Amino acid sequence: MNFMTQWVYSETVREHFTEPKNLWKKSENFEPNGVGEVGSLACGDQMRVGIIVEDDKIKDIRWLTYGCASAIASTSMMSVMVKGMKLSEAYQITPDVINDALGGLPAHKFHCSVLGDKALRAAIDDYLEKNNLDNPYKKQVAKVICECKNVTDQQIEKLVKTGEVKNLEELKQKTSYGTGCGKCKDKVADLFNDYMHLYGKEV
Amino acid sequence: MNREIYLDNNATTKMAAEVIKAMRESENVYGNPSSMHSLGREAAQYINDARDNVAKLLNCNSEEIIFNSGATESNNTVFHIAAQLIKQGKGKRILTTSIEHPAIIETVKYLKKEGLEIDLIPVDREGRVKTEEFKKLLSNDVCLVSIMAGNNENGTIQDIKKFSSMTHEVGSLFHTDATQAIGKIKVDCRDWDVDYLSLSGHKFYGPKGVGALFVKKGAPKMTFINGGHQENGFRAGTYNTQAIYGMGIAAKLAYQTLAFETDRLWKMREALRKGILEKIDEVVVNGCQEHCLPGTLNVSFERVEGESMLLMLDMKKIEVSTGSACATGSLKPSYVLLACGLPVEMAHGSIRFSFGRFNTMEDVDYVLEVLPPIIKKLREISTR
Repeated sequence: MNFMTQWVYSETVREHFTEPKNLWKKSENFEPNGVGEVGSLACGDQMRVGIIVEDDKIKDIRWLTYGCASAIASTSMMSVMVKGMKLSEAYQITPDVINDALGGLPAHKFHCSVLGDKALRAAIDDYLEKNNLDNPYKKQVAKVICECKNVTDQQIEKLVKTGEVKNLEELKQKTSYGTGCGKCKDKVADLFNDYMHLYGKEV
Repeated sequence: MNREIYLDNNATTKMAAEVIKAMRESENVYGNPSSMHSLGREAAQYINDARDNVAKLLNCNSEEIIFNSGATESNNTVFHIAAQLIKQGKGKRILTTSIEHPAIIETVKYLKKEGLEIDLIPVDREGRVKTEEFKKLLSNDVCLVSIMAGNNENGTIQDIKKFSSMTHEVGSLFHTDATQAIGKIKVDCRDWDVDYLSLSGHKFYGPKGVGALFVKKGAPKMTFINGGHQENGFRAGTYNTQAIYGMGIAAKLAYQTLAFETDRLWKMREALRKGILEKIDEVVVNGCQEHCLPGTLNVSFERVEGESMLLMLDMKKIEVSTGSACATGSLKPSYVLLACGLPVEMAHGSIRFSFGRFNTMEDVDYVLEVLPPIIKKLREISTR
């Protein structure tokens, strides 16, 4: 039997997992002007991303990841994708885009790939803040509330605003929020109630 | 190394050659063992043979063995019996531990929803049941106490004889899930004096999907799966003659080789434990080292996540398992390791090596050659 047929991940994931690109090696003395760190060891994954920004572009990038194969591969893939990219573009990178580039992760592993782009944004935020530059991106970007199903605050806002969903049950049917790890449930409920109030809908 | 280094024998085992041979020989025994005619009686002979073999292994009477689909069914059956007894007013509570197999933990969750009162006995850092805490929870309103013989994850062995005796002192029933202990340590229903005991064929080189429940003569029996009159009406469903016969042969083998195997497994496990501690730093060995299933070694590696290690080892043809959340799809790592007080990040970084009869010292050497560079590589990628 071909060994690869048993591999749960795509060939691309395997490659980025076994031969990670742009890894932050202590020996090379990489000096970033923006650093971002997200996640925690307790949660099972943590990522640190360092970037060198020049002329509003990501000139170089390095990263470290504590986590499973999906987490390692998605950070590696993200680093390859954003190298040379304009900050405005890089800021828009989403877990979906990284996931597609990896040839798709198994559904239950998707939540492992959502930290890479967040670590990058944290690094860009850090760079702008350190240099006293205005951060025009932060407000524009939709915030992912449910990581497993990739449901954003903007999406919830739109569904409430248009009246497409009238309660949390309908929101769940529409977006499948909270059906993965379930840790977003309270956050979604709070946000949902806020928007309902904001747009004058009855709960 | 060209072959697979299978170190996941607590998950399941490869069937022994003797078992495969016996199952091949019995594959044309198609009569229904419950039929009265000669073909049926011929098949029944195979079932009887298996029953005698399993009974001998457990040191009990053949009449005390009930064949079924495995330990999950056995555990469900025992808890079903307790639930019925409680309904009849025979006791109010069930006690079990926080580190049982999901076949019990999930059954407990279900029965709690049904309104039953079930308390979990805590374990210490080594995974051993806290006797004092158990004493506090134990009283004559307890219907059933269920404590596993050996833990599937960290290998910790409980003092079943002591706990069953304490349980009987207050007049309650005692069950042990001995699924992981069979074939690894001596399992003796008489010496332990248990009322119920669960086992699965595939954990000791027998076929999958078949197992048994020991019910001590005189202990309450109730049907969990209704239907035909198999197993004296206690467990309905046509016998899987071939599988039951195969498990019987596996039991016979386990009986014959037990002392030898216990010693061999422990030597391999200890060689691996010592080698890992010698070659890799920031390592914690989980579970109880004094009272441990001989083939089980559970180790946590700091700053490395379990699934990554598992996959890297897998690429080197070494098969293990992990208590990391990432390998299961949930967000929480092994509840067994957490119940023993292990910090969450250390549970994420745990690997279980479980040896079996087909492993050799060569396997240990190979793991010790392959593992250190994998840990080194993953630590270089790690944020910590």
